[in-house]
Amino acid sequence: MAIKQLSVFVENKPGRLIPMIKALSDAQINIRAMSIADTQDFGILRLIVSDEKKAKEILSNYSIVTSIEVIAVKISDKAGALCGVLDALGDAGINIEYTYAFTASADFGAYAVMRVEDNAAAEKVLNEKGFATLGNADIDKI
Amino acid sequence: MERYYQPEIETLPYEKIREIQNEKIVKQVKHVYENVAYYRNLMDEKGVKPEDIKSVDDIKKLPFLTKADLREAYPYGLLGTDLKNCVRIQSTSGTTGKRVVAFYTQHDIDLWEDCCARAIVAAGGTNEDVCQVCYGYGLFTGGPGLNGGSHKVGCLTLPMSSGNTDRQIQFMMDLNATILCCTPSYAAYIGETLAEKGYKPEDNKLKAGIFGAEPWTEEMRREIEKSLGIKAYDIYGLTETSGPGVAFECSEQRGMHINEDHFYAEIIDPETGEVLPEGEKGELVFTSLDKEAFPLLRYRTRDICVLTREKCSCGRTHVRMSKPMGRSDDMMIIRGVNVFPSQIETVLLNEGYTPNYQIVVDRENNSDTLDIYVELSADQFSDKMAETQKREKVLTDAMRAMLGIGPKIHLVAPKTIVRSEGKAVRVIDKRKLHD
Repeated sequence: MAIKQLSVFVENKPGRLIPMIKALSDAQINIRAMSIADTQDFGILRLIVSDEKKAKEILSNYSIVTSIEVIAVKISDKAGALCGVLDALGDAGINIEYTYAFTASADFGAYAVMRVEDNAAAEKVLNEKGFATLGNADIDKI
Repeated sequence: MERYYQPEIETLPYEKIREIQNEKIVKQVKHVYENVAYYRNLMDEKGVKPEDIKSVDDIKKLPFLTKADLREAYPYGLLGTDLKNCVRIQSTSGTTGKRVVAFYTQHDIDLWEDCCARAIVAAGGTNEDVCQVCYGYGLFTGGPGLNGGSHKVGCLTLPMSSGNTDRQIQFMMDLNATILCCTPSYAAYIGETLAEKGYKPEDNKLKAGIFGAEPWTEEMRREIEKSLGIKAYDIYGLTETSGPGVAFECSEQRGMHINEDHFYAEIIDPETGEVLPEGEKGELVFTSLDKEAFPLLRYRTRDICVLTREKCSCGRTHVRMSKPMGRSDDMMIIRGVNVFPSQIETVLLNEGYTPNYQIVVDRENNSDTLDIYVELSADQFSDKMAETQKREKVLTDAMRAMLGIGPKIHLVAPKTIVRSEGKAVRVIDKRKLHD
Protein backbone atom coordinates (compact mmCIF):
# COMPACT_ATOMS: atom_id res chain seq x y z
CA MET A 1 0.00 0.00 0.00
CA ALA A 2 2.18 2.79 1.31
CA ILE A 3 1.64 6.46 0.54
CA LYS A 4 3.59 9.10 -1.37
CA GLN A 5 5.49 11.70 0.55
CA LEU A 6 7.32 14.70 -0.83
CA SER A 7 10.69 15.54 0.73
CA VAL A 8 12.03 19.02 0.07
CA PHE A 9 15.49 20.38 0.79
CA VAL A 10 15.10 23.74 2.55
CA GLU A 11 17.86 26.03 3.67
CA ASN A 12 17.55 26.99 7.31
CA LYS A 13 17.01 30.68 6.66
CA PRO A 14 14.12 33.04 7.33
CA GLY A 15 11.60 33.25 4.51
CA ARG A 16 12.57 30.05 2.70
CA LEU A 17 9.39 28.16 3.55
CA ILE A 18 6.74 30.81 2.88
CA PRO A 19 6.89 30.98 -0.93
CA MET A 20 6.66 27.19 -1.21
CA ILE A 21 3.68 26.89 1.06
CA LYS A 22 2.00 29.85 -0.62
CA ALA A 23 2.48 28.32 -4.06
CA LEU A 24 0.77 25.13 -2.85
CA SER A 25 -2.03 27.22 -1.42
CA ASP A 26 -2.46 29.11 -4.72
CA ALA A 27 -2.78 25.76 -6.49
CA GLN A 28 -5.46 24.65 -4.04
CA ILE A 29 -3.29 21.81 -2.77
CA ASN A 30 -4.17 20.66 0.70
CA ILE A 31 -1.37 19.68 3.06
CA ARG A 32 -2.59 16.65 4.98
CA ALA A 33 0.51 16.12 7.06
CA MET A 34 3.79 17.92 7.45
CA SER A 35 7.03 17.67 9.35
CA ILE A 36 10.35 19.48 9.23
CA ALA A 37 13.63 17.94 10.33
CA ASP A 38 16.34 20.52 10.72
CA THR A 39 20.02 21.05 11.34
CA GLN A 40 21.74 24.37 11.78
CA ASP A 41 22.11 24.82 8.04
CA PHE A 42 19.30 23.04 6.32
CA GLY A 43 16.07 21.21 6.87
CA ILE A 44 14.06 18.55 5.15
CA LEU A 45 10.42 19.44 4.71
CA ARG A 46 8.22 16.36 4.47
CA LEU A 47 4.71 16.68 3.14
CA ILE A 48 1.75 14.50 2.43
CA VAL A 49 -0.54 16.39 0.11
CA SER A 50 -3.78 16.04 -1.77
CA ASP A 51 -2.18 16.19 -5.24
CA GLU A 52 1.32 14.77 -5.02
CA LYS A 53 2.25 15.13 -8.71
CA LYS A 54 1.18 18.72 -9.01
CA ALA A 55 2.75 19.64 -5.68
CA LYS A 56 6.06 18.14 -6.75
CA GLU A 57 6.02 20.14 -9.95
CA ILE A 58 5.32 23.35 -8.07
CA LEU A 59 7.90 22.79 -5.33
CA SER A 60 10.58 21.90 -7.86
CA ASN A 61 10.62 25.58 -8.81
CA TYR A 62 11.97 26.33 -5.36
CA SER A 63 14.30 23.52 -4.36
CA ILE A 64 15.11 19.86 -4.65
CA VAL A 65 12.05 17.66 -4.25
CA THR A 66 11.98 13.90 -4.13
CA SER A 67 8.94 11.71 -3.96
CA ILE A 68 9.23 8.63 -1.79
CA GLU A 69 6.90 6.07 -0.30
CA VAL A 70 6.27 5.89 3.41
CA ILE A 71 3.79 3.99 5.48
CA ALA A 72 0.98 5.58 7.46
CA VAL A 73 -0.49 3.50 10.24
CA LYS A 74 -3.70 4.22 12.08
CA ILE A 75 -3.37 4.40 15.83
CA SER A 76 -6.31 4.27 18.16
CA ASP A 77 -6.69 7.29 20.37
CA LYS A 78 -5.82 5.72 23.70
CA ALA A 79 -2.83 5.54 25.98
CA GLY A 80 -0.24 3.01 24.94
CA ALA A 81 -1.51 2.57 21.40
CA LEU A 82 1.73 3.71 19.80
CA CYS A 83 3.63 1.21 21.94
CA GLY A 84 1.85 -1.62 20.19
CA VAL A 85 2.95 -0.33 16.78
CA LEU A 86 6.53 0.21 17.87
CA ASP A 87 6.68 -3.16 19.56
CA ALA A 88 5.46 -4.90 16.45
CA LEU A 89 8.11 -3.25 14.30
CA GLY A 90 10.82 -3.64 16.91
CA ASP A 91 10.11 -7.33 17.35
CA ALA A 92 10.41 -7.77 13.59
CA GLY A 93 13.76 -5.96 13.60
CA ILE A 94 12.46 -3.09 11.50
CA ASN A 95 14.21 0.23 12.05
CA ILE A 96 12.24 3.48 11.82
CA GLU A 97 14.26 6.19 10.08
CA TYR A 98 11.85 8.89 11.21
CA THR A 99 8.22 9.29 12.12
CA TYR A 100 5.65 12.02 12.56
CA ALA A 101 1.96 12.05 13.32
CA PHE A 102 -1.17 13.73 12.07
CA THR A 103 -4.90 13.52 12.69
CA ALA A 104 -7.38 13.03 9.92
CA SER A 105 -10.38 15.34 9.56
CA ALA A 106 -12.87 12.75 8.32
CA ASP A 107 -12.46 9.96 10.85
CA PHE A 108 -10.66 12.00 13.55
CA GLY A 109 -8.17 9.17 13.63
CA ALA A 110 -4.53 9.52 14.62
CA TYR A 111 -1.96 8.38 12.07
CA ALA A 112 1.78 7.86 12.34
CA VAL A 113 3.82 8.29 9.17
CA MET A 114 6.95 6.17 9.17
CA ARG A 115 9.95 5.90 6.94
CA VAL A 116 11.31 2.37 7.03
CA GLU A 117 13.67 0.46 4.78
CA ASP A 118 11.11 -2.03 3.47
CA ASN A 119 7.55 -0.72 3.35
CA ALA A 120 5.99 -4.02 2.34
CA ALA A 121 7.64 -5.93 5.18
CA ALA A 122 6.64 -3.31 7.74
CA GLU A 123 3.07 -3.20 6.53
CA LYS A 124 2.83 -6.96 6.59
CA VAL A 125 3.96 -7.04 10.21
CA LEU A 126 1.58 -4.27 11.22
CA ASN A 127 -1.41 -5.65 9.35
CA GLU A 128 -0.87 -9.05 10.89
CA LYS A 129 -0.99 -7.43 14.33
CA GLY A 130 -4.23 -5.73 13.35
CA PHE A 131 -2.98 -2.23 12.60
CA ALA A 132 -4.51 -0.58 9.53
CA THR A 133 -2.23 1.18 7.07
CA LEU A 134 -3.15 3.74 4.44
CA GLY A 135 -2.77 3.68 0.68
CA ASN A 136 -2.61 6.65 -1.67
CA ALA A 137 -6.29 6.40 -2.46
CA ASP A 138 -7.12 6.75 1.23
CA ILE A 139 -5.44 10.14 1.59
CA ASP A 140 -8.36 12.05 0.10
CA LYS A 141 -10.94 10.11 2.06
CA ILE A 142 -9.71 10.51 5.60
CA MET B 1 68.03 54.68 22.87
CA GLU B 2 67.43 52.63 19.76
CA ARG B 3 69.47 49.47 19.49
CA TYR B 4 70.43 47.56 16.36
CA TYR B 5 71.72 44.06 15.79
CA GLN B 6 74.06 45.17 13.00
CA PRO B 7 74.18 48.97 13.32
CA GLU B 8 76.92 49.33 10.70
CA ILE B 9 74.55 47.91 8.08
CA GLU B 10 71.16 48.90 9.43
CA THR B 11 71.93 52.61 9.70
CA LEU B 12 74.19 52.88 6.68
CA PRO B 13 73.41 55.91 4.46
CA TYR B 14 71.39 54.88 1.42
CA GLU B 15 74.18 55.69 -1.05
CA LYS B 16 76.42 53.24 0.78
CA ILE B 17 73.71 50.57 0.80
CA ARG B 18 73.45 51.02 -2.96
CA GLU B 19 77.16 50.52 -3.35
CA ILE B 20 76.88 47.23 -1.48
CA GLN B 21 73.86 46.23 -3.56
CA ASN B 22 75.62 47.09 -6.83
CA GLU B 23 78.62 45.05 -5.88
CA LYS B 24 76.51 42.10 -4.76
CA ILE B 25 74.06 42.00 -7.68
CA VAL B 26 76.83 41.63 -10.25
CA LYS B 27 78.16 38.60 -8.39
CA GLN B 28 74.71 37.17 -7.70
CA VAL B 29 73.61 37.34 -11.35
CA LYS B 30 76.89 35.76 -12.45
CA HIS B 31 76.44 33.03 -9.81
CA VAL B 32 72.90 32.30 -10.98
CA TYR B 33 73.80 32.34 -14.67
CA GLU B 34 76.65 29.92 -14.15
CA ASN B 35 74.85 27.54 -11.78
CA VAL B 36 71.12 27.65 -12.47
CA ALA B 37 70.31 26.33 -15.94
CA TYR B 38 66.63 27.11 -15.53
CA TYR B 39 67.26 30.82 -15.04
CA ARG B 40 70.10 30.90 -17.57
CA ASN B 41 67.58 29.76 -20.18
CA LEU B 42 65.19 32.53 -19.15
CA MET B 43 67.98 35.10 -19.48
CA ASP B 44 69.09 33.70 -22.84
CA GLU B 45 65.50 33.82 -24.11
CA LYS B 46 65.34 37.47 -23.11
CA GLY B 47 68.78 38.14 -24.58
CA VAL B 48 70.25 39.29 -21.24
CA LYS B 49 73.85 38.45 -20.37
CA PRO B 50 75.35 38.61 -16.89
CA GLU B 51 77.61 41.44 -18.02
CA ASP B 52 74.51 43.53 -18.83
CA ILE B 53 73.87 43.78 -15.10
CA LYS B 54 76.28 46.36 -13.74
CA SER B 55 74.17 47.79 -10.92
CA VAL B 56 70.76 47.37 -9.30
CA ASP B 57 69.41 49.78 -11.90
CA ASP B 58 69.90 46.99 -14.43
CA ILE B 59 67.82 44.49 -12.46
CA LYS B 60 64.78 45.59 -14.46
CA LYS B 61 66.36 43.94 -17.51
CA LEU B 62 66.16 40.51 -15.87
CA PRO B 63 63.28 38.09 -16.41
CA PHE B 64 60.77 37.47 -13.63
CA LEU B 65 60.39 34.29 -11.65
CA THR B 66 56.97 33.22 -10.44
CA LYS B 67 55.62 30.51 -8.20
CA ALA B 68 54.85 28.55 -11.37
CA ASP B 69 58.57 28.55 -12.22
CA LEU B 70 59.37 27.26 -8.76
CA ARG B 71 56.91 24.42 -9.17
CA GLU B 72 58.18 23.57 -12.61
CA ALA B 73 61.76 23.54 -11.37
CA TYR B 74 60.88 21.40 -8.32
CA PRO B 75 62.90 20.11 -6.59
CA TYR B 76 66.43 20.90 -7.82
CA GLY B 77 65.89 23.12 -10.87
CA LEU B 78 66.73 26.40 -9.14
CA LEU B 79 69.48 25.06 -6.95
CA GLY B 80 72.49 27.37 -7.14
CA THR B 81 75.16 25.12 -5.68
CA ASP B 82 76.11 21.49 -5.21
CA LEU B 83 73.87 19.61 -2.79
CA LYS B 84 76.95 18.75 -0.75
CA ASN B 85 77.24 22.45 0.13
CA CYS B 86 73.64 22.59 1.36
CA VAL B 87 72.80 22.02 5.01
CA ARG B 88 69.02 22.49 5.17
CA ILE B 89 65.77 22.59 3.30
CA GLN B 90 62.58 24.38 4.26
CA SER B 91 59.31 24.13 2.43
CA THR B 92 56.01 25.85 1.88
CA SER B 93 52.91 24.16 3.21
CA GLY B 94 52.43 22.54 -0.19
CA THR B 95 48.67 22.67 0.09
CA THR B 96 48.31 22.80 -3.69
CA GLY B 97 49.99 19.43 -3.87
CA LYS B 98 53.19 20.93 -5.27
CA ARG B 99 55.53 22.14 -2.62
CA VAL B 100 58.17 24.76 -3.04
CA VAL B 101 61.42 23.53 -1.54
CA ALA B 102 64.11 26.05 -0.61
CA PHE B 103 67.73 25.05 -0.03
CA TYR B 104 70.23 26.68 2.32
CA THR B 105 73.97 26.61 2.73
CA GLN B 106 75.34 27.56 6.14
CA HIS B 107 76.00 31.03 4.69
CA ASP B 108 72.32 31.28 3.68
CA ILE B 109 71.16 30.17 7.12
CA ASP B 110 73.44 32.76 8.72
CA LEU B 111 72.14 35.64 6.66
CA TRP B 112 68.56 34.57 7.26
CA GLU B 113 69.11 34.29 11.00
CA ASP B 114 70.86 37.69 10.98
CA CYS B 115 67.71 39.14 9.45
CA CYS B 116 65.58 37.56 12.17
CA ALA B 117 68.02 38.78 14.82
CA ARG B 118 67.64 42.33 13.47
CA ALA B 119 63.87 41.96 13.88
CA ILE B 120 64.20 40.72 17.45
CA VAL B 121 66.58 43.53 18.45
CA ALA B 122 64.27 46.06 16.76
CA ALA B 123 61.52 44.72 19.04
CA GLY B 124 63.75 45.42 22.04
CA GLY B 125 65.36 41.98 22.34
CA THR B 126 68.66 41.52 24.20
CA ASN B 127 70.57 38.61 25.73
CA GLU B 128 68.52 39.16 28.88
CA ASP B 129 65.28 38.27 27.14
CA VAL B 130 63.37 35.02 27.14
CA CYS B 131 62.06 34.49 23.63
CA GLN B 132 59.11 32.13 23.25
CA VAL B 133 58.84 30.90 19.67
CA CYS B 134 55.47 29.34 18.95
CA TYR B 135 55.63 29.39 15.19
CA GLY B 136 55.66 25.87 13.84
CA TYR B 137 59.05 24.16 13.77
CA GLY B 138 59.95 21.84 10.95
CA LEU B 139 59.56 22.48 7.25
CA PHE B 140 57.74 25.76 7.94
CA THR B 141 60.24 28.64 8.08
CA GLY B 142 58.60 30.47 11.00
CA GLY B 143 59.95 28.40 13.88
CA PRO B 144 63.50 27.74 12.61
CA GLY B 145 63.95 31.37 11.46
CA LEU B 146 62.98 33.05 14.71
CA ASN B 147 64.71 30.32 16.70
CA GLY B 148 67.98 31.06 14.89
CA GLY B 149 67.54 34.81 15.24
CA SER B 150 66.83 34.44 18.95
CA HIS B 151 70.03 32.43 19.39
CA LYS B 152 72.04 35.10 17.55
CA VAL B 153 70.69 37.81 19.84
CA GLY B 154 71.50 35.59 22.79
CA CYS B 155 67.97 35.34 24.14
CA LEU B 156 67.03 32.33 26.21
CA THR B 157 64.99 30.60 23.51
CA LEU B 158 61.87 28.59 24.26
CA PRO B 159 61.40 26.42 21.15
CA MET B 160 57.73 25.74 21.80
CA SER B 161 56.50 25.25 18.23
CA SER B 162 52.78 25.78 17.65
CA GLY B 163 49.75 24.50 19.54
CA ASN B 164 49.14 23.16 23.05
CA THR B 165 48.06 26.52 24.41
CA ASP B 166 47.97 25.38 28.04
CA ARG B 167 51.62 24.38 27.83
CA GLN B 168 52.48 27.63 26.03
CA ILE B 169 50.93 29.59 28.87
CA GLN B 170 52.59 27.47 31.54
CA PHE B 171 56.05 28.06 30.04
CA MET B 172 55.29 31.71 29.41
CA MET B 173 54.36 32.26 33.06
CA ASP B 174 56.81 29.88 34.75
CA LEU B 175 59.85 30.87 32.69
CA ASN B 176 59.02 34.57 32.43
CA ALA B 177 58.93 34.86 28.65
CA THR B 178 59.49 38.46 27.55
CA ILE B 179 59.17 38.15 23.76
CA LEU B 180 56.50 36.14 21.96
CA CYS B 181 56.88 35.03 18.34
CA CYS B 182 53.86 33.52 16.57
CA THR B 183 51.07 34.29 14.11
CA PRO B 184 48.94 37.29 15.12
CA SER B 185 45.83 35.13 15.35
CA TYR B 186 47.57 32.76 17.74
CA ALA B 187 48.79 35.73 19.80
CA ALA B 188 45.20 36.92 20.04
CA TYR B 189 44.11 33.45 21.08
CA ILE B 190 46.79 33.23 23.76
CA GLY B 191 45.59 36.63 25.02
CA GLU B 192 42.02 35.39 25.26
CA THR B 193 43.04 32.17 26.96
CA LEU B 194 45.12 34.08 29.52
CA ALA B 195 42.09 36.23 30.31
CA GLU B 196 39.89 33.14 30.62
CA LYS B 197 42.34 31.68 33.09
CA GLY B 198 42.02 34.85 35.15
CA TYR B 199 45.35 36.45 34.25
CA LYS B 200 45.51 40.20 33.77
CA PRO B 201 47.75 41.68 31.03
CA GLU B 202 50.24 42.84 33.69
CA ASP B 203 50.56 39.33 35.14
CA ASN B 204 52.87 38.17 32.35
CA LYS B 205 56.43 39.40 31.77
CA LEU B 206 56.02 39.84 28.01
CA LYS B 207 57.14 43.16 26.59
CA ALA B 208 57.06 42.53 22.85
CA GLY B 209 55.62 40.21 20.25
CA ILE B 210 56.88 39.51 16.72
CA PHE B 211 53.94 38.42 14.65
CA GLY B 212 53.71 37.46 10.99
CA ALA B 213 52.93 34.78 8.39
CA GLU B 214 49.39 36.05 7.90
CA PRO B 215 47.63 39.36 7.27
CA TRP B 216 46.45 41.36 10.26
CA THR B 217 44.95 44.76 10.87
CA GLU B 218 45.84 47.74 13.06
CA GLU B 219 42.74 46.99 15.15
CA MET B 220 44.01 43.49 15.72
CA ARG B 221 47.41 44.89 16.68
CA ARG B 222 45.81 47.14 19.29
CA GLU B 223 43.75 44.28 20.68
CA ILE B 224 46.77 42.00 20.99
CA GLU B 225 48.84 44.78 22.55
CA LYS B 226 46.09 45.40 25.08
CA SER B 227 45.35 41.78 25.93
CA LEU B 228 49.01 40.81 26.41
CA GLY B 229 50.30 44.17 27.66
CA ILE B 230 53.00 44.30 24.94
CA LYS B 231 54.11 46.15 21.86
CA ALA B 232 53.35 44.10 18.75
CA TYR B 233 55.75 44.10 15.78
CA ASP B 234 55.03 42.88 12.28
CA ILE B 235 57.47 40.67 10.39
CA TYR B 236 57.43 39.66 6.72
CA GLY B 237 59.04 36.96 4.68
CA LEU B 238 58.40 34.02 2.45
CA THR B 239 60.01 30.62 2.10
CA GLU B 240 61.14 31.48 -1.42
CA THR B 241 63.33 34.34 -0.18
CA SER B 242 64.51 32.58 3.06
CA GLY B 243 61.64 32.90 5.50
CA PRO B 244 60.55 35.51 8.04
CA GLY B 245 62.84 38.48 8.53
CA VAL B 246 63.07 39.68 4.94
CA ALA B 247 61.41 42.77 6.40
CA PHE B 248 60.52 43.74 9.96
CA GLU B 249 58.98 46.55 11.94
CA CYS B 250 60.82 48.93 14.23
CA SER B 251 59.33 50.74 17.23
CA GLU B 252 57.83 53.34 14.87
CA GLN B 253 55.40 50.64 13.65
CA ARG B 254 55.08 52.44 10.33
CA GLY B 255 56.05 49.92 7.71
CA MET B 256 58.65 47.16 7.71
CA HIS B 257 62.31 47.79 6.97
CA ILE B 258 63.47 45.50 4.19
CA ASN B 259 66.90 43.98 4.78
CA GLU B 260 68.06 45.41 1.50
CA ASP B 261 71.69 44.48 1.89
CA HIS B 262 70.41 40.94 1.22
CA PHE B 263 67.16 41.47 -0.70
CA TYR B 264 66.54 44.05 -3.40
CA ALA B 265 62.91 45.12 -3.59
CA GLU B 266 61.01 46.47 -6.57
CA ILE B 267 57.38 47.43 -7.00
CA ILE B 268 55.96 46.56 -10.41
CA ASP B 269 52.69 46.95 -12.22
CA PRO B 270 51.31 43.40 -11.98
CA GLU B 271 49.70 43.71 -15.41
CA THR B 272 52.61 45.09 -17.44
CA GLY B 273 55.57 44.10 -15.30
CA GLU B 274 56.84 47.67 -15.50
CA VAL B 275 58.79 48.99 -12.49
CA LEU B 276 56.84 51.67 -10.61
CA PRO B 277 58.37 54.67 -8.84
CA GLU B 278 58.70 54.83 -5.06
CA GLY B 279 55.41 55.44 -3.29
CA GLU B 280 53.26 53.75 -5.91
CA LYS B 281 51.20 50.70 -5.10
CA GLY B 282 52.06 47.53 -6.96
CA GLU B 283 53.39 44.00 -6.72
CA LEU B 284 56.44 43.41 -4.57
CA VAL B 285 59.34 41.69 -6.36
CA PHE B 286 62.45 40.44 -4.57
CA THR B 287 65.93 39.75 -5.87
CA SER B 288 68.31 37.97 -3.54
CA LEU B 289 71.72 39.64 -3.47
CA ASP B 290 74.00 37.13 -1.83
CA LYS B 291 72.37 33.75 -1.53
CA GLU B 292 74.21 30.59 -2.53
CA ALA B 293 71.83 27.65 -2.54
CA PHE B 294 68.53 29.19 -3.57
CA PRO B 295 69.18 32.54 -5.21
CA LEU B 296 66.05 33.97 -6.79
CA LEU B 297 66.22 36.91 -9.18
CA ARG B 298 63.10 39.05 -9.57
CA TYR B 299 60.76 36.73 -7.73
CA ARG B 300 57.18 37.96 -7.92
CA THR B 301 55.63 37.70 -4.46
CA ARG B 302 52.08 38.55 -5.66
CA ASP B 303 51.79 40.75 -2.56
CA ILE B 304 50.58 44.25 -3.31
CA CYS B 305 52.25 46.99 -1.29
CA VAL B 306 54.04 50.35 -1.32
CA LEU B 307 57.71 51.14 -0.65
CA THR B 308 58.97 54.31 1.02
CA ARG B 309 62.41 55.79 1.60
CA GLU B 310 61.10 58.45 3.95
CA LYS B 311 63.45 58.91 6.87
CA CYS B 312 62.51 56.70 9.80
CA SER B 313 63.01 58.08 13.30
CA CYS B 314 64.39 54.72 14.47
CA GLY B 315 67.60 55.52 12.59
CA ARG B 316 67.39 52.58 10.21
CA THR B 317 68.01 53.63 6.66
CA HIS B 318 66.62 50.59 4.89
CA VAL B 319 63.57 51.03 2.69
CA ARG B 320 60.22 50.31 4.30
CA MET B 321 57.36 48.30 2.82
CA SER B 322 53.76 48.75 3.84
CA LYS B 323 51.76 45.82 5.10
CA PRO B 324 50.64 43.87 2.03
CA MET B 325 47.31 45.35 0.92
CA GLY B 326 46.18 42.39 -1.10
CA ARG B 327 47.30 39.91 -3.70
CA SER B 328 47.75 40.20 -7.42
CA ASP B 329 46.45 36.64 -7.77
CA ASP B 330 43.45 35.07 -6.10
CA MET B 331 45.32 33.43 -3.25
CA MET B 332 43.83 33.87 0.20
CA ILE B 333 45.76 33.50 3.41
CA ILE B 334 43.45 31.88 5.93
CA ARG B 335 44.74 31.08 9.41
CA GLY B 336 48.25 31.38 8.00
CA VAL B 337 47.59 28.86 5.25
CA ASN B 338 47.64 29.72 1.55
CA VAL B 339 44.35 28.81 -0.08
CA PHE B 340 43.46 29.09 -3.75
CA PRO B 341 39.81 29.00 -4.90
CA SER B 342 40.92 26.55 -7.60
CA GLN B 343 41.78 24.00 -4.90
CA ILE B 344 38.28 24.29 -3.47
CA GLU B 345 36.78 23.89 -6.93
CA THR B 346 38.88 20.79 -7.55
CA VAL B 347 37.58 19.12 -4.39
CA LEU B 348 33.98 19.99 -5.27
CA LEU B 349 34.28 18.49 -8.74
CA ASN B 350 36.06 15.40 -7.39
CA GLU B 351 33.25 14.89 -4.90
CA GLY B 352 30.62 15.17 -7.60
CA TYR B 353 29.34 18.67 -6.92
CA THR B 354 28.59 21.37 -9.46
CA PRO B 355 31.07 24.24 -9.76
CA ASN B 356 28.44 26.55 -8.32
CA TYR B 357 29.91 27.62 -5.03
CA GLN B 358 30.79 30.63 -2.99
CA ILE B 359 33.63 31.09 -0.54
CA VAL B 360 33.15 33.48 2.37
CA VAL B 361 36.16 34.40 4.48
CA ASP B 362 35.62 36.35 7.65
CA ARG B 363 37.29 36.92 10.97
CA GLU B 364 35.59 36.20 14.26
CA ASN B 365 37.37 36.81 17.55
CA ASN B 366 40.58 37.42 15.61
CA SER B 367 40.48 34.00 14.01
CA ASP B 368 39.78 33.46 10.33
CA THR B 369 36.66 31.61 9.30
CA LEU B 370 36.16 29.86 5.97
CA ASP B 371 32.63 29.09 4.84
CA ILE B 372 31.94 27.31 1.58
CA TYR B 373 28.43 27.38 0.13
CA VAL B 374 27.80 24.54 -2.28
CA GLU B 375 24.73 23.81 -4.34
CA LEU B 376 23.30 20.37 -3.86
CA SER B 377 21.96 18.62 -6.94
CA ALA B 378 18.78 16.55 -7.04
CA ASP B 379 20.58 13.21 -7.21
CA GLN B 380 22.65 14.11 -4.14
CA PHE B 381 19.68 14.89 -1.95
CA SER B 382 18.44 12.22 0.38
CA ASP B 383 15.25 12.22 2.38
CA LYS B 384 17.31 10.76 5.21
CA MET B 385 18.85 13.48 7.33
CA ALA B 386 21.81 11.36 8.34
CA GLU B 387 22.85 10.85 4.73
CA THR B 388 22.79 14.52 3.89
CA GLN B 389 24.71 15.32 7.06
CA LYS B 390 27.22 12.66 6.12
CA ARG B 391 27.66 14.39 2.76
CA GLU B 392 28.61 17.55 4.60
CA LYS B 393 31.13 15.68 6.69
CA VAL B 394 32.70 13.85 3.75
CA LEU B 395 33.07 17.13 1.88
CA THR B 396 34.51 18.89 4.94
CA ASP B 397 37.08 16.12 5.37
CA ALA B 398 38.05 16.22 1.68
CA MET B 399 38.47 20.00 1.90
CA ARG B 400 40.60 19.69 5.02
CA ALA B 401 42.82 17.13 3.33
CA MET B 402 43.34 19.44 0.34
CA LEU B 403 43.57 22.80 2.05
CA GLY B 404 45.17 21.95 5.37
CA ILE B 405 42.40 23.80 7.20
CA GLY B 406 38.83 22.75 7.80
CA PRO B 407 36.06 24.88 6.30
CA LYS B 408 32.42 25.06 7.33
CA ILE B 409 30.41 23.51 4.50
CA HIS B 410 26.92 24.80 3.78
CA LEU B 411 24.82 22.78 1.38
CA VAL B 412 22.32 25.01 -0.35
CA ALA B 413 19.48 24.48 -2.79
CA PRO B 414 20.20 24.54 -6.54
CA LYS B 415 20.22 27.94 -8.23
CA THR B 416 20.45 29.81 -4.93
CA ILE B 417 24.03 30.98 -5.39
CA VAL B 418 23.82 34.21 -7.31
CA ARG B 419 25.00 33.86 -10.89
CA SER B 420 26.72 36.93 -12.14
CA GLU B 421 27.17 37.89 -15.74
CA GLY B 422 30.74 37.35 -16.78
CA LYS B 423 33.19 36.49 -14.04
CA ALA B 424 31.49 34.81 -11.11
CA VAL B 425 32.00 36.22 -7.65
CA ARG B 426 33.48 33.16 -6.04
CA VAL B 427 35.18 34.72 -3.06
CA ILE B 428 33.84 37.19 -0.55
CA ASP B 429 36.50 38.30 1.90
CA LYS B 430 34.83 40.19 4.73
CA ARG B 431 37.94 40.53 6.86
CA LYS B 432 38.56 44.14 5.86
CA LEU B 433 42.29 43.69 6.25
CA HIS B 434 43.06 46.45 3.81
CA ASP B 435 41.77 49.94 3.07
